[in-house]
Amino acid sequence: MPVSTASQSYDVAIIGAGPTGLFSVFELGLLGLKAVVLDVLDKPGGQCAELYPEKPIYDIPSWPVISGQELTDKLLEQIAPFGADLKLGRQVKSFERRADGRFQLTTDRNDTIDAAAVFIAAGAGSFTPRKPKLEGLDSFEGKSVFYAVRDRASFAGKDIVVAGGGDSALDWANDLSEIAQTITLVHRSDRFRAAPASVEKFRALVAEGKARFVEGDLASLTGTGGKLQAIALKTKAGIETLAADRLLAFYGLNIELGPIAEWGLDLADGKQIKVDTEKFQTSTPGVFAVGDINWYPGKLKLILSGFHEAALASQEAFRVARPDEKLRFQYTTSSSELQQRLNVNATKKVA
Amino acid sequence: MAVLNVIDRDGKAHQLETVEGWRVMELLRDQNMGVEGICGGACDCASCHVIVAEDWAARLPEPREDELFKLDELPEIAPTSRLSCQIIWSDGLDGLSLTIAESA
Repeated sequence: MPVSTASQSYDVAIIGAGPTGLFSVFELGLLGLKAVVLDVLDKPGGQCAELYPEKPIYDIPSWPVISGQELTDKLLEQIAPFGADLKLGRQVKSFERRADGRFQLTTDRNDTIDAAAVFIAAGAGSFTPRKPKLEGLDSFEGKSVFYAVRDRASFAGKDIVVAGGGDSALDWANDLSEIAQTITLVHRSDRFRAAPASVEKFRALVAEGKARFVEGDLASLTGTGGKLQAIALKTKAGIETLAADRLLAFYGLNIELGPIAEWGLDLADGKQIKVDTEKFQTSTPGVFAVGDINWYPGKLKLILSGFHEAALASQEAFRVARPDEKLRFQYTTSSSELQQRLNVNATKKVA
Repeated sequence: MAVLNVIDRDGKAHQLETVEGWRVMELLRDQNMGVEGICGGACDCASCHVIVAEDWAARLPEPREDELFKLDELPEIAPTSRLSCQIIWSDGLDGLSLTIAESA
């Protein structure tokens, strides 16, 4: 796992690369503030990109219809001039306020981020792998049981069981069949939700005896000290036990609030972060919550509300990050300073 | 008025008010049954997973393919598992009984 130890400094650290997190980069950027965006997913867009990239959204102002992925792409285009750092595939584990009033954030990949203010734009929380309910599962996690392949070579020569019927399960079963001792795909039906080419390739591997398919569910794990030895499968014919030293489980992603719950912020219903409606600031000064993650009287979980909240929170973030400067309210249509930040030609008219 | 019978994740029984044309997920969400409906009813997150009483399962409209695929993704399902965002309430469902599935 890559490890970066040097601390990086920004005006604002944004947790969450969904539409509200991305638009926050824009609003902060107009004010001349430099942001970093952190997200647990390995791509920007949050739910829009992960859950419904192809689905049409009809309530984005001025876009009569736009898909989740198109909206993400347009936002990335819009924030490009501000050169924000996008740090993806990592979860912010902790944040603390230092003696000098700035914040220090740490991720599960050992990044240390220093920022004057923090925007929590985490939507419904962190996407995390869904886990099978198996006794003793946690003792095997990270040693024999994985929810993603980070180190392909470590699967060489192993007896591997892959669980699931989607693209990840099929793609990795196909790929790892080249280096595995044995590979078995377990899914509760032979209906796969994966690219037809991957399904075809897998069926060919089974026909050649290079992979096995078992219709069933995981029943139990056997092993000691995190070392997996066997996996029992529940099939229509009864319990079948396989020798196995690796399990890759691909049951999709769940969303949970995650570490944010432990940060001492006032919550509503234990799930949303309470903010005021002037600055969208949390109970901790300098920490803002925008988009679906926040709560205030009248809150609506709409992307357009997140955009509005980001604009207002950015004003206060400026006062926090630049206490000695005067905040000047300007429009992009007329301000040459804003146009410079946007890297556009001030004399150019929209055709 | 037509009612919806629900057993929540703690095993407690509730009788819920219903509104013709609403998604069952919305009825559960708005009456604080602990169902979030994170994706808003787009059949994309499975956070509204329920197990329909056996005698009711066959009386509901058949699940579409995208619902079956999404259910297939979950580590654990029951023979009568459904995503409640895909069940539209009509008064003909008066007395429908379901159990909210544990979150995966």
